[in-house]
Amino acid sequence: MNKVVANADEAIKDINSGATLMLGGFGLCGIPENCIAALVRKGVNNLTCISNNAGVDGFGIGLMLEQKQVKKMISSYVGENAEFERQLLSGELEVELIPQGTLATRCMAAGYGMPAVYLLAGYGTEVADGKEVREFNGKNYLMEYAFDSDFAIVKAWKGDTTGNLVFKETARNFNPMMAMAGKITIAEVEHLVQPGEIDPDHVHVPGIYVNKIFQGANYEKRIEQRTVRKRS
Amino acid sequence: MPLNKEQIAQRIAKELRDGYYVNLGIGIPTLVANYIPEGVNVVLQSENGLLGMGPFPFEGEEDPDLINAGKQTVTTLPGSAIFDSAMSFGMIRAGRVDLTVLGAMEVADNGDIANWKIPGKMVKGMGGAMDLVAAAKNIIVAMQHTNPKGESKLLPKCTLPLTGVGCIKKVVSDLGVFDITPGGFVCIEYAPGVTIDEIKAKTAGRLTIADDVKEMAV
Repeated sequence: MNKVVANADEAIKDINSGATLMLGGFGLCGIPENCIAALVRKGVNNLTCISNNAGVDGFGIGLMLEQKQVKKMISSYVGENAEFERQLLSGELEVELIPQGTLATRCMAAGYGMPAVYLLAGYGTEVADGKEVREFNGKNYLMEYAFDSDFAIVKAWKGDTTGNLVFKETARNFNPMMAMAGKITIAEVEHLVQPGEIDPDHVHVPGIYVNKIFQGANYEKRIEQRTVRKRS
Repeated sequence: MPLNKEQIAQRIAKELRDGYYVNLGIGIPTLVANYIPEGVNVVLQSENGLLGMGPFPFEGEEDPDLINAGKQTVTTLPGSAIFDSAMSFGMIRAGRVDLTVLGAMEVADNGDIANWKIPGKMVKGMGGAMDLVAAAKNIIVAMQHTNPKGESKLLPKCTLPLTGVGCIKKVVSDLGVFDITPGGFVCIEYAPGVTIDEIKAKTAGRLTIADDVKEMAV
């Protein structure tokens, strides 16, 4: 079994216009930089993107927005992007905002084979509009469906040729659940290693969920909010 | 004098107890971390997937892979744990986080909160706020008592789209500390130099003054 592809362009070659994609990352942390660049090069459009955030101007999903490749964003927070705002206000871009934990859990449900889950978040708010409400132990829950996504594109720190993935620090964020949730999952990794080089006890996402993997290159890892303290 | 932001944070920090797992929102809530009382050990949770959030890194040691929910570079501490965002909200939903502190645009006297959307303005999203308010056991709101026009933000009913219903237990504003009870807001402390009459005038929601109301120690 060899899931390795040469590069991002080969990894995303089956993604066509109109596809639904999950993209891992939180802010600009742990985003699949190489695949985003390849999607921009390929020029596919009318994409529905499920991602916690929508990048910033000039980086991350912001690059796809600039090329007007995104038809709809499904996110929890989209505040950092002027081009995003322009497209939203002009009606070019559709946005569905959903609570962050609900977003994460709807990915998780897909990866665990559960069609729906009951969640507290958003009960009594406009997020609940049109959703089934069910009471458990005196509390009201919304029924939330598992996501149905054609592809999941994730970024891991290390992966082996069988697709086992290890994430680093908070670059883990949405990547594991999305890796488990895509019909086809593409993983780009900073370090591609041979089977046996990752301790089985240290695998975060087992390779059964991963269809394609490649060694990424030239990671920029842009920092959104650089905060430091002075040395005393 | 009404409290400044640092003093609001300082007052909220007095609610911390040794061993608490705490989630601090963006803005005034973040400042609470600067006033953790001596001898009280709390573990800060960041909902992107970190328990045991440390201080900002020293200049030159920023790590782009290690950020908090406000996307700021942070550090870990001995005993920190990292996990995915589904588990992060799982532990919030399961009631493992003892205290959540967050900001608000409006709070109603039944505990409803609005803090994510102003109709007509660009909506950035709710992030994790709806998950946190729906599930956390104990939620304190840090807020200004009135808006820039001087209108009360402690209301009989929220006018803005809701973030959560009946979930807020306590408000610390620049004017005082208020418990939310079935009878509405109960003023239990007032800021030094702020009168009860001023609090009454600036609180639109149902308000009672606790029998043992006292001046806040700042």
